[in-house]
Amino acid sequence: MVGRRLTEPRRRPGVPVARVLGCGLLVLLAGCTEGAPSTLDPAGTGARRVAGFWWLLFGISAAVFVVVMALLTWALAFRRRPHRRAGATDPIRFVVVAGAGVPFVVLLAVYGVGLRDLAALGQPTEPPAVTVDVTGHKWWWEVRYPGVAGATANEIHIPVGEPVRVRLRTVDVLHSFWVPQLMPKTDLIAGKVRETWLRAERPGRYRGQCAEYCGLQHAHMAFQVVAQPRAEFDAWLARLAAPAPAPASDAERRGQQAFLQGTCAACHTVRGTSATGTVGPDLSTIGARWSLGAGAVPNDGGHLGGWIVNSQTVKPGNAMPPQPVDAAALPDLIAYLESLR
Amino acid sequence: MASSTAACDTGPGPEAMASLSRHWAEAPTLRNWFATVDHKRIGRRYLVTAGVFFGLAGASAVALRTQLAGPEAGILSAWEYNQLFTMHGTAMIFLFSTPMLFGFGNFLVPLMIGARDMAFPRLNAFGYWVFLFAGLFMWASVPAGAAPDGGWFAYVPLTDERNSPGLHLDVYTLGLLFLGVSTTAGAINFIVTALKLRAPGMSLNRVPIFVWAVVATSFMVLFALPVLNLDNVLLFLDRRFDTRFFDPGRGGNVLLWQHLFWIFGHPDVYIIVMPALGIVSAVLPVFCRRGIVGYPLIVFSIVAIAIISFGVWVHHMFATGLPQLSYGFFSAASTIITIPSGLQIFAWLATMLTGRIVVRVPFLFVVGFLVTFVVGGVTGVMFALTAFDQQITDTYFVVAHFHYVLFGGAVFPILAGLYYWLPKLTGRMAGERLGRWAFGLVFVGMNLTFLPMHVSGLLGMPRRVYTYPGGLGWDPWNLLATVGAYVLAVGLLLVVAGVIHALRRGEPAPDDPWGGDSLEWATSSPPKPYNFPVIPRVHSLHPVWDPRTAESTGVGADGDRILAEGRGTLLTSELDGRYERAVRMPQETLKPLVAALGLLIVFLGLLLAGYWVAAAGAALVVVTLGAWLWPPRQTPEEADPAVGGGAV
Repeated sequence: MVGRRLTEPRRRPGVPVARVLGCGLLVLLAGCTEGAPSTLDPAGTGARRVAGFWWLLFGISAAVFVVVMALLTWALAFRRRPHRRAGATDPIRFVVVAGAGVPFVVLLAVYGVGLRDLAALGQPTEPPAVTVDVTGHKWWWEVRYPGVAGATANEIHIPVGEPVRVRLRTVDVLHSFWVPQLMPKTDLIAGKVRETWLRAERPGRYRGQCAEYCGLQHAHMAFQVVAQPRAEFDAWLARLAAPAPAPASDAERRGQQAFLQGTCAACHTVRGTSATGTVGPDLSTIGARWSLGAGAVPNDGGHLGGWIVNSQTVKPGNAMPPQPVDAAALPDLIAYLESLR
Repeated sequence: MASSTAACDTGPGPEAMASLSRHWAEAPTLRNWFATVDHKRIGRRYLVTAGVFFGLAGASAVALRTQLAGPEAGILSAWEYNQLFTMHGTAMIFLFSTPMLFGFGNFLVPLMIGARDMAFPRLNAFGYWVFLFAGLFMWASVPAGAAPDGGWFAYVPLTDERNSPGLHLDVYTLGLLFLGVSTTAGAINFIVTALKLRAPGMSLNRVPIFVWAVVATSFMVLFALPVLNLDNVLLFLDRRFDTRFFDPGRGGNVLLWQHLFWIFGHPDVYIIVMPALGIVSAVLPVFCRRGIVGYPLIVFSIVAIAIISFGVWVHHMFATGLPQLSYGFFSAASTIITIPSGLQIFAWLATMLTGRIVVRVPFLFVVGFLVTFVVGGVTGVMFALTAFDQQITDTYFVVAHFHYVLFGGAVFPILAGLYYWLPKLTGRMAGERLGRWAFGLVFVGMNLTFLPMHVSGLLGMPRRVYTYPGGLGWDPWNLLATVGAYVLAVGLLLVVAGVIHALRRGEPAPDDPWGGDSLEWATSSPPKPYNFPVIPRVHSLHPVWDPRTAESTGVGADGDRILAEGRGTLLTSELDGRYERAVRMPQETLKPLVAALGLLIVFLGLLLAGYWVAAAGAALVVVTLGAWLWPPRQTPEEADPAVGGGAV
């Protein structure tokens, strides 16, 4: 039937397809790495549900992959079997059953589980007592609590063990609110108020990050969710509501003066002072935050000084221009800001 | 036993052959290099041009991976990284995948159906020039520092005038609109060619699966692309003339962009993958020494995918807060669309299991395709499920998933097709040894690049970040992926080296080196300008394996399938492939090039806000099209029914 004899040039073992992929999957199974904001190391009700779903899907996928690879290997390994005739078995029935029938049943089941989990993610089992208002900016997160005067940035404190409502707005482009260990994503849509919820099962600090590409510094739009026992949370919230602490030392006093007389106050607020700018984050508790520039650098004196003098070298494109701060005044300014806790 | 060279040796007499050569050959002049309407030359140009754009987009990817090799690297700035990842995605989708597969289609569809050219050869040339100019238009923005930087999906409001001043996004909207002209023209051409120009006897149930795939894809293009064009027009108007379609503060809606984008965007995944699956269905059975199992099932799958793919777009928007009921619907549709793909996978497996497999380089790439496409398929099902999608979307897991689908599902078949049809494209055989090395490196490199991304994604690493902090568990996976990217790049360079080597020193290819079943193997390698001295009569799904095909082109073949007087090919009926009449084909002409240049002027004028320049370009296009469409003056001999009236 075929015109030309086609031959293989010489026999060689095939590329170790199964070995390469097998290793990868094994590594994948051991995927929980220390310190990672891993979806496979859930600490919240929502993330735990999806992690369970993932392992189900992974198991099914692995089984499908193994079956297909086994058939492929079989076909390749026995390709020189003589007298193999087409039609010895009924290939059409095999194709329909294996390619459509079995997948249909499996997919139906998986779809059902998926709907159940989707419904579970929709809202918490009990109504949340705490609400947080989170507003996305290019490229940081403004965090407020309704009825509380203060505001913080890139750090969301929640009481552990209870559901917390999170209301999401954006003032500019789309962002996505994502804490991998606690809850799947919710996009922030311009012109809308979106809502999600968090419920941390154990105390801890959980890294979150913007997951919708939002421009130049999308990479530096991280935040932390700090889940703490209710009493600690209440104390923290009370501190947030109070005015910023007054300077306690001479250096801090000089720093405050520099802050209020310089350009800082035009864009930043420190509650209880004349600084009421709203372009940048409220700095009333800056000394206690986990990072500068929404995860760009650690929050310590050196980085703080560098940020003030020229944050454009740290996080190019952010809204804060380089500040002409007198070299002598810089340590005072740092001391003052670090005292704001 | 079909002799593949029979068609060239017997059949039409020497006079008829000379006449065919005289009418079809394009004199090797500089003018004709620009004026050619030969689908084979145009198809090869598509392949080369798309290959160059693939190289540029691939080099961008290597730069991206280098930046991400370790945490806090400073090789690329955020500004550079964002432009490069946007161009990587945009170029791979729009300037490589579809044009590359259109290149295969251009070269192969007329050959596979036994025609002498595409239905509209001049439109075909026009489509190529527009593609070339649109590609250059977009790539030129990179050295100019004005490359698109809003991601290939260009979500508003990030891409509006306020958040993205400058030309970056205008290059994007205008570039894609410009390119869309080419893609639309190509799709129309494929549909008409495949429905009207098939060899007599090639009823729909004897059409090669690759042709089915190209036609289904073309229909998808016609329905999907207008939506993208609309989206880009609206964005351009918003940016340039403040029309506020997407400004929520003034009555616009930002999700409108996403809906329109993905109504195009998801079918586009299949627009890319389906012709590639068609290549698999063409290559795989030949190396199994049997016809494909379940031809009707595969055709059914292709048509089903083409339809269902328009009902799944919301799975790209599962985190945007649409009603849960709609999530349920789109989740179901996205889940069900895997069934037709599953059918195809098992049809190929059944073909392999019941055939006598011969392993050659094209087949190796098919095997690589099967392994990787299955991985991309199973992770694809995961993203159809809303709860999982909301957690994992926009992480590196998605990057891994769609590279398994697009590299696995499109690039592997394209490479298989390249090695398989290289003899027909160039008349030379590619070296087997070099090809095997290339396959090995591409396969290992591809998996080493993309498999670790599943893990970094599960570990919480988002996409589209130009850098990341160390100590979050992401470092080793990123390093592995970068190493893989370099291995992959070396593998792809070996492919290029193999092609160049074949062109310079390759063994001359016989007409039918693989024992193929479709009609392109029934003519010389490379084919003569008129493709077939006698247009064969088709009696079965595997015409080259059917001795009746050779008989139909042998001694005493009907003169009405030779059409020696002038450039002619046959029109047949859409369903049954019944002989209708001969039709005259156009001569080479510069008008397509001039019209494409006119369009280039239009888009450059729009980009640089020189609207009078744009109007002048539009006038040039209109005048050229007028001259193009003006009915030709015909002598009575030219209008002779032997070659039919009027040019197509």
